[in-house]
Amino acid sequence: MKNLINFFKRFLLLELFQGLSVTGKYFFARHITVEYPEEKTPQGTRFRGLHAQRRYPNGEERCIACKLCEAVCPALAIKIEVAEREDGSRRTTQYDIDLTKCIFCGFCEESCPVDAIVETRIFEYHGENRGDLYYTKDRLLTVGDANEAQIARDRAADAKYR
Amino acid sequence: MINIEIDGKKIQTENGSTVIEAAHQAGIAIPHFCYHKKLSISANCRMCLVQVEKAPKPLPACATPVSEGMKVFTHSEQAVKAQKGVMEFLLVNHPLDCPICDQGGECMLQDMSVGYGNGHSRYHEEKRMVLGKDIGPLVSAEEMSRCINCTRCVRFGQEIAGQMELGQAFRGEHAEIMSFVSGSVDSELSGNMIDLCPVGALTSKPFRYKARSWELSRRRSVSAHDSLGSGLAVHTKNNRVLRVLPIENEDINECWLSDRDRFAYEGLNSEQRLTKPMIKQGGQWREVDWQAALEFCANGLRQIAGGAGAEQIGALATGNSTLEEMYLLQKLLRGIGSDNVDFRLRQSDFSADGKQQGAPWLGMSIADIGKADRILIVGSFLRKDHPLLAARIRKAVVRGAQVSVIHSTDDDLLMKVAHKAIVAPGAMADAMTQVAKGVAAKQTGGIAGSLASGDRVAVLLGNFAQQHPHAAQLQAMAQQIANVTGGKFGFIGESANSVGGHLARATPQGKGLNAAAMLAAPRKAYVLLNVEPELDCADARQAIAAMQSADLVIAMSAYKHGATEYADVLLPIAPFTETSGTFVSGEGRVQTFNGSVKPLGEARPAWKVLRVLGNLLKADGFEYETSQAVRDEALQGVDVAARLNNAVGGIESQAAAVNGLQRVADVPIYATDAIVRRAVSLQATADAAPPKAWLRSSELGKLGIAAGAQVKVAQGQGSALLEVAADDGLPEGVVRVAAGHPMTAMLGAMFGTITVERA
Repeated sequence: MKNLINFFKRFLLLELFQGLSVTGKYFFARHITVEYPEEKTPQGTRFRGLHAQRRYPNGEERCIACKLCEAVCPALAIKIEVAEREDGSRRTTQYDIDLTKCIFCGFCEESCPVDAIVETRIFEYHGENRGDLYYTKDRLLTVGDANEAQIARDRAADAKYR
Repeated sequence: MINIEIDGKKIQTENGSTVIEAAHQAGIAIPHFCYHKKLSISANCRMCLVQVEKAPKPLPACATPVSEGMKVFTHSEQAVKAQKGVMEFLLVNHPLDCPICDQGGECMLQDMSVGYGNGHSRYHEEKRMVLGKDIGPLVSAEEMSRCINCTRCVRFGQEIAGQMELGQAFRGEHAEIMSFVSGSVDSELSGNMIDLCPVGALTSKPFRYKARSWELSRRRSVSAHDSLGSGLAVHTKNNRVLRVLPIENEDINECWLSDRDRFAYEGLNSEQRLTKPMIKQGGQWREVDWQAALEFCANGLRQIAGGAGAEQIGALATGNSTLEEMYLLQKLLRGIGSDNVDFRLRQSDFSADGKQQGAPWLGMSIADIGKADRILIVGSFLRKDHPLLAARIRKAVVRGAQVSVIHSTDDDLLMKVAHKAIVAPGAMADAMTQVAKGVAAKQTGGIAGSLASGDRVAVLLGNFAQQHPHAAQLQAMAQQIANVTGGKFGFIGESANSVGGHLARATPQGKGLNAAAMLAAPRKAYVLLNVEPELDCADARQAIAAMQSADLVIAMSAYKHGATEYADVLLPIAPFTETSGTFVSGEGRVQTFNGSVKPLGEARPAWKVLRVLGNLLKADGFEYETSQAVRDEALQGVDVAARLNNAVGGIESQAAAVNGLQRVADVPIYATDAIVRRAVSLQATADAAPPKAWLRSSELGKLGIAAGAQVKVAQGQGSALLEVAADDGLPEGVVRVAAGHPMTAMLGAMFGTITVERA
């Protein structure tokens, strides 16, 4: 009896049609493939891309050199040196993130008491030379300055969940 | 003993102890801020509130004495509620900006608030604001808003440092800690307030914003600046020493550290560090590699030993060199046939050599000094020379010990001094004789009476007594007094390894010349280990002259210093934090330490340099692989405890002919050794002010000079221009001029006749 059923299944190509029916279903279904780079996926407010350092509206850098991000970084990608600025405030003299080490876990952003170090939505960046992915404080601040509006919007949208 | 119960745990504790002490004994933690085991109880922070059975309200554990059958609950609902309430009140006025606070990561309040604080503050009103204060170059009081008024710093000043430089002014919400008397905190123990402060109100100024506590590696080391042998925790980051904290040892430094030990590390990172070997050729200094430098040294020494004779070579080391370094130095010298080696650079009387039975030492343990009931301090600037020993004696005085002083200055010891004899240096031996006679005759009253009435007598000879031209006689008198009273006597060693120098035999053993003779009869070649002759020697003027007349001066030093004028080779050696080594403290404690960081630049540990120099000179037995091997050889067959012996015999009394004014020279606290002299913050303190010529106002009157005037102070050929000042604590016929400072280096011997005239 079993043999007989198997014989008919094979003779009538039943499994082939079953498989084709799946193909056929997707042939007519709505396409979800994103044609990158012409098309892009939407990003959430918590997207963890390229790092940036932020400033206050008056232009003062936010970072107070507390070193919590350096301490929490699991990949040891952050290096900070501190000194007292002329006005007596605690500031970094060096704030480097080695993006080749970074694992984009977002702990730095989470640990920051003043929202100075943030991860932006930028994920399309590259380096052609060895040092290109070693982001210094100046570069991080430049990224922050260029994207402040978006960064601020994202933080505001996420604020009530933090 | 009393039986109590804490958290259900049955504990036996001494009658009279407090609940917090009993809990700590049993390993039960009770949160606290103002309580400190070494300070008196003030019970003002209220953090240690615990529930006690039958007590209607929670009681402070630090101020509640135990009683039989007491039942204490430290984590009951009532206790925790009280503790949380106190924490909330403490945080009302405390700024919640830990990220910018220098104490972050090592803050008691931060730690406690994790356990007892709320995630959110219910306080939205304005916070109390306290202005920052400038209280000197060592302790930062910039952030006094952080103060929780625990008054630990105030109690430390009163009880341990002996002077209340900080106090709490105003009341209630306006209460604040301030230095209301002098404006600055000048205590030589002030750094301990930083450790005591449970919050970030008092922090270290030199360390400010340098690093977080979690970034630092901790290395054990031993203090290189005085003979106490305090344990140091050297905190390093990126191969630099960033701060130094005490390692607790009840028998040595308790939990304190003097400012000199704590802040001298700045000298290790000084710009003046020598990082490459240098040779002077044709009057020009040239950097060379080690090979060339050492071969130059070996050739030079060989030439002089072969030509003028090995006895024309002399070696001087400071007492802050390690045991290994001194051992190899003397071995090297003896290997090439010279016995001229010494480390007692500031000593001027060597007549006890050969009559002394063993290595001079403290004569008792440091802990014993604290237990003595009669203490005679002879010739010591105790507070400045040995700050922590002074603190220990101060504590003994509080417990009822009587301290007597025989000295040539009347500096305030900040403790009750029972009797004192302030006499000119020439009369010190006489004063000692008087006391010895008095003690023998069972005299009542005075120093002798005080000593005779004691059970545990300690006679301590300070640095001044060791440097004194009648040092041997003072030692003999001290021995006599100790013998009659059944007490002990000893030397408060001048430097970290004074005892080690004797154990390493870094003193002339046969016909060799001692430090003073080597300079008085100049040699053709000198090997200097860590020495800056113009600042470290008893007679700086003579030392410089000897160096200048020498054909070859090999200066092994961590720093570029005055030697550039007369030396022929500068060999960069590593200071104590960069080399392994051993210090033998004044009480004979042998303490070996490892290097905390790598040597700076091309500097190398001195024991390695001496070892290679020994190889180049083909001296026997220089095949050491490690400093431990050197130490083991140096101490092989040496029973340290048996070698320590102050007993001396056959000392003849020296006639003291005194004419005119006599010089009294102290080595200021921050001028004692090369590292300290380069510690920037220490050099900014009041104790490091340029030296003045101090006289009694009656002497000033006789000379017709007003205090504050510029005077020319002269000793033989040498002279210096100094400001004159009045100190009525000085005896007649005495001018106090500090040594160890470039301004007074050209004067000459630390003792002797001196003239003062209008500039």
